[in-house]
Amino acid sequence: MNEPAVEVVECDVLICGGGMAGCGAAYEAAYWARAAKLRVVMVEKAAVERSGAVAMGLSAINCYMGMKWGENQPEDFVRYVRQDLMGLCREDLVYDIARNVDATVHMFEEWGLPFFKTPEGRYKREGRWQVMIHGESYKPIVAEAAKKALGEGNIYERIFIANLLLDKDDSGRIAGAVGFSVRDFKLYIFKARAVIVAAGGATQVFRPHAVGEGLGRIWYAPWNTGSAYKLPILAGAEMTQMEHRLVVTRFKDGYGPVGMWFLLFKATLKNAYGEAVEEKWAELLKEWLPYGAGKPIPTPLRNHQMLRDFVAGAGPHYLRTDEALTRMFAETQNDPRKVREIEADAWEDFLDMTMSQALLWASHNIDPAKTPSEVVLTEPYLVGSHGAATGAWVSGPEDLAPKDYFWGYNRMTTVKGLFAAGDGVGASAHKFSSGSYAEGRLAGKAALAYVMDTAQAAQIDQQRVESIKQALFAPLKAYEQAQARVTRGEINPAVLNPRQALVRLQKIMDEYCAGYEVGYMTNGPTLRRGLELLELLREDMAHLAARDLHELLRAWELWDRYYCAEAHARHILFREETRWPGYYYRGDFPKLDEANWHCFTVSRYDADKNQWQLNKRPYVSIVS
Amino acid sequence: MPTYVNPDKCDGCKALDRPACMYICPNDLMVLDRALGKAWNQEPELCWECYSCVKTCPQTAIEMRGYGDVVPLGAALTPLRGTDAIMWMVKYRNQQVKRFKFPIRTTPWGSIEPYKGLEAPNLEALRQPGTAGWQKYLGVDRLPVAAKP
Repeated sequence: MNEPAVEVVECDVLICGGGMAGCGAAYEAAYWARAAKLRVVMVEKAAVERSGAVAMGLSAINCYMGMKWGENQPEDFVRYVRQDLMGLCREDLVYDIARNVDATVHMFEEWGLPFFKTPEGRYKREGRWQVMIHGESYKPIVAEAAKKALGEGNIYERIFIANLLLDKDDSGRIAGAVGFSVRDFKLYIFKARAVIVAAGGATQVFRPHAVGEGLGRIWYAPWNTGSAYKLPILAGAEMTQMEHRLVVTRFKDGYGPVGMWFLLFKATLKNAYGEAVEEKWAELLKEWLPYGAGKPIPTPLRNHQMLRDFVAGAGPHYLRTDEALTRMFAETQNDPRKVREIEADAWEDFLDMTMSQALLWASHNIDPAKTPSEVVLTEPYLVGSHGAATGAWVSGPEDLAPKDYFWGYNRMTTVKGLFAAGDGVGASAHKFSSGSYAEGRLAGKAALAYVMDTAQAAQIDQQRVESIKQALFAPLKAYEQAQARVTRGEINPAVLNPRQALVRLQKIMDEYCAGYEVGYMTNGPTLRRGLELLELLREDMAHLAARDLHELLRAWELWDRYYCAEAHARHILFREETRWPGYYYRGDFPKLDEANWHCFTVSRYDADKNQWQLNKRPYVSIVS
Repeated sequence: MPTYVNPDKCDGCKALDRPACMYICPNDLMVLDRALGKAWNQEPELCWECYSCVKTCPQTAIEMRGYGDVVPLGAALTPLRGTDAIMWMVKYRNQQVKRFKFPIRTTPWGSIEPYKGLEAPNLEALRQPGTAGWQKYLGVDRLPVAAKP
């Protein structure tokens, strides 16, 4: 095999990932960089125009305060997020998102994103925090601004960042990143004074519901492979709340969104016998005080009720779109024009962001006004921007953060010069698209300040780069060499293909780490057995083989997912309680334990020694 | 419903410097078969059905066929994306047809001036809370601050 070409890119701030958080970081960092004459570079594994979780579009912006109309204040949002996360969020980070997010949303409107409006000219609310948009082109619009802000020459597409680089003499300081092109046989070395990890959360760490062609039809974007976690984990950054996860109620098989149906259309979730699940199982909430008594009912507790009903044999469960639409049509006296508008809103919700669900309706001849649709609980996901809170342990903003939550620069991880935003920041959920963008901006601004304060450039370790280079392309070599071992076909004693290794990972996680198939249940012994199996998989992954650059991408995405999986399992093992029933259950610690576990979990991985260390971190509240 | 490519329509984007679907696919699925001169989906089981390639294909050569493991045959969902709106045709298995049109952008493509109306960056403000130009965009006079414990 030939040697790959090598390109070295020097910059001051490197942004890994060009999704919402990355584009926000680009916008903000480039603004301040103009004055400081610094270079900001963004690297993305796909095309920025349609990359990240918002690639497909969105029908709502789920994080908007409406402060200019006095609709909500940041304190209200902190209380909401804290309640939904069963008492655990970094209030300084959440508050910081809340106070800044409106400015970002207003800017999107100025750029050309179409919003639904009320007769008074306000954004039309879907729920307390959500506003409705015609968001088919949400990402292309945001991408256009990022490209103009940075300049096309500072954007590197179709490059997968596999590793971060630390300073040669200070292993607690960032120095850059290494990746490879998915188009050409080429290594990229980015030297940077500050790095912002704005990559995506992790899908497909768990076995999806589908079994065949539909494997890609999952709730979150399948190209979000967990770089947001693997990159800081391998760099030795502290991670928090990695036991947390998202399991959501979604339309069965199509994974269409349910927010508008619940919040705006006031549709009810009922079982096969017409019983409303929330009413039927209201008593269950009393076992989870104080959060069970709060409103709105936290997402995991709603899952918990539905799961209990399912186990009681009362499925299938339906979102009663028929009842909701019949009621709404009647409220308009069945005015054909208004009926048509309501119907268009219902369909647009899918056509803006989950087209498959629309096709699923059409293929089953479902008219939502006449036939209800099945809903189920999804497989688990690791995300930090939606309703879940996995991610890096970062510094808060100076004017909000309690003393122990502040170390110099907003959104900086515990590695100097390494920042995080979006899915990558832990204990700060419910940012969604707008909040992730706003957080990217906060990180971009802070990274610029860090660069200006840091006179001496970091030095990369050339030897380390060389060993990463060998490892990065090893799967191509392994594939080539293994071919002589067999006549034809995939079964080869010398190597493992990324697809089978992925399925193996998903099977371990599903069975041992509280996946869907076991009703989200696990315990200490099961987790420890799962970790043994993960260790064997990790060893075998040294034999991953890739026939081309596309499979090489899949091989390294698998490493993303692997480290997410191990961090997730170890954190769940560490937290000896069940805090989020409906997300996962510890059979050996089946109750909420406020006295011992109303705290954050923080882990640090030592890559050289392959050792994990886990600790508790005290909870400090800033909002009563 | 992973994508498939109509061989009668796909021309491999010969007139462009790269195939449009291959450029846009967020999951690196669409690829040009060089011998055939046409594109195809190399890993349909990882297709999210995001329609990015369908919308961007200059020949309207890319369509979706419902996932074989969950979607009954016979329905179709077809977009036509213009500069300011998108039109969708939903064809049911029973041949019923619904059509929808939604706006996608209120300004011309390429018209964004990222820092329009913002003051030139003043590095002294770099260490203050808030994002660039919040005074213009936030809609309230003061950036809220919570009382520290």
